[in-house]
Amino acid sequence: MNNRREFLKTTATGAFLLGAQSRLGLAAVLDRDTKSKVVVARDPALHGPDGQIDEKRVLVLLDRAMAAYTGREHPVEAWKHILPQGPGKIIGLKTNGLGGKGISTHLALVLAVCERLQQAGVKPGEIIVWDRNARDLEACGLTINSDPSRVRCFGSDVSGFEDEPVTFGSAVNVKLSKILTRECDMVIGLPILKDHSMAGVTFAMKNMYGVVQHPQELHAGGCNPCVADLNCIPVVRQKVRFTIGDAISSVYDGGPGFHPEHLWQPNALIVGEDRVALDHTAWQMLERKRAEEGMPTFEAAGRPPRYIATAADVEHKLGVDDPQRIHLMEI
Amino acid sequence: MSCVPCTSHLKNLTLAIAAIALLTAVVGCKKASINPFPASGAISGWDKTSDTRVFAAKNLWQYIDGDAEQYISAGVVSTSTSDYKYQGQLEAVVDVYTMSDTAGASKILATGQTKDAKTVTLGDAGVAYAQSIIFRKGPSLVRIVAYESTPRTQDALLALAHGVEAKL
Repeated sequence: MNNRREFLKTTATGAFLLGAQSRLGLAAVLDRDTKSKVVVARDPALHGPDGQIDEKRVLVLLDRAMAAYTGREHPVEAWKHILPQGPGKIIGLKTNGLGGKGISTHLALVLAVCERLQQAGVKPGEIIVWDRNARDLEACGLTINSDPSRVRCFGSDVSGFEDEPVTFGSAVNVKLSKILTRECDMVIGLPILKDHSMAGVTFAMKNMYGVVQHPQELHAGGCNPCVADLNCIPVVRQKVRFTIGDAISSVYDGGPGFHPEHLWQPNALIVGEDRVALDHTAWQMLERKRAEEGMPTFEAAGRPPRYIATAADVEHKLGVDDPQRIHLMEI
Repeated sequence: MSCVPCTSHLKNLTLAIAAIALLTAVVGCKKASINPFPASGAISGWDKTSDTRVFAAKNLWQYIDGDAEQYISAGVVSTSTSDYKYQGQLEAVVDVYTMSDTAGASKILATGQTKDAKTVTLGDAGVAYAQSIIFRKGPSLVRIVAYESTPRTQDALLALAHGVEAKL
């Protein structure tokens, strides 16, 4: 997509394209009474005795998660199953480095995803690792690069934002990153699981705050309905089609910044297409951890993640939050 | 005759006002230019590894989007931050929040404390964890966080915290 006319055309038709382009079946889940699949893959030995992450084990864990999700044992086949068909498609990896070095998407996970994407036929220059700005990317341990012969990595501070704001609902009126609107054909979310001082939980859907110019304007009411509304903007809904959630480390309180006193290592990846089901699953993980630590529920703490239910309502239809309709695979 | 003392008094008064204004300006400038960040080598083993970044309250979201609101509601005026490294290995960040009053600093300090918090003698009040220290001094709230927990982390952080406190 190269110009504004094409951008507007795509955003206008995005909702229709969702059903046609998704090879994974979320549209079918939403239209019928079937279940959304969420895979939680764990490896208790992901962190070594020295506290460092074992990069090889991250790759193995990713393969297990993808195999479980797609039903394809071979990693390359699993990846081909989720990628758009046809050559030259640009795949964006939206990381989350907002919390700084201590609680950002892990470099080992980004590298593992890039490795498998290339093995599945995506050329290095067709991969863009991106976030709000250089600082957020560097917090993940990434190096800024715009050389198209290698995996590209740059922020919206380089690409800029669309001049024309887009709206959804009554509260969301935002300018979107051109990386989302003009560069990427498909975006894979790589959020990191965190407590959030206002929204309660930040994970798959909240990660999209990093694609707008002024996210600070979307925090009212515990980010509800803004998180749901933002994810309903057609170009977001259409392009952000898969999530590989980083729950290798997490903060169960004090987020979204890095509070090492609340650091926790679930040693897990949470994978799926349905961002609502993913967020519901992530929320429950955080609730369980907080209960273990003797902390109040998010409801009692005054910040329940209500945006998750909003995202599942008839107005938004982004996914399912009913546990009975989530096929949770814990491996 | 009666006007002479008046003129003299007026002159004196004008001079006094000018002197007070000058003094206020000097003190004001000194306050505005307080730099709480120890230079490299000022605290044994610690190097300052980044420029200091300063965020006004309205721009704090650029640094801690999602966290900014709790500081704004507690009356943050500005936030300064800088990165440090201890003995070339242990990375840490020092955040100094200048609040509008001591109550704001107290409020943030009291937020989110866990049972692991150890009271430390720093500023007006402070607590330490394995990888972080938070303390307040007047309207300033200081948060120092290390990205790694090693046997030396706590002592190193405490030394850096004392260095910051001395400059506030």
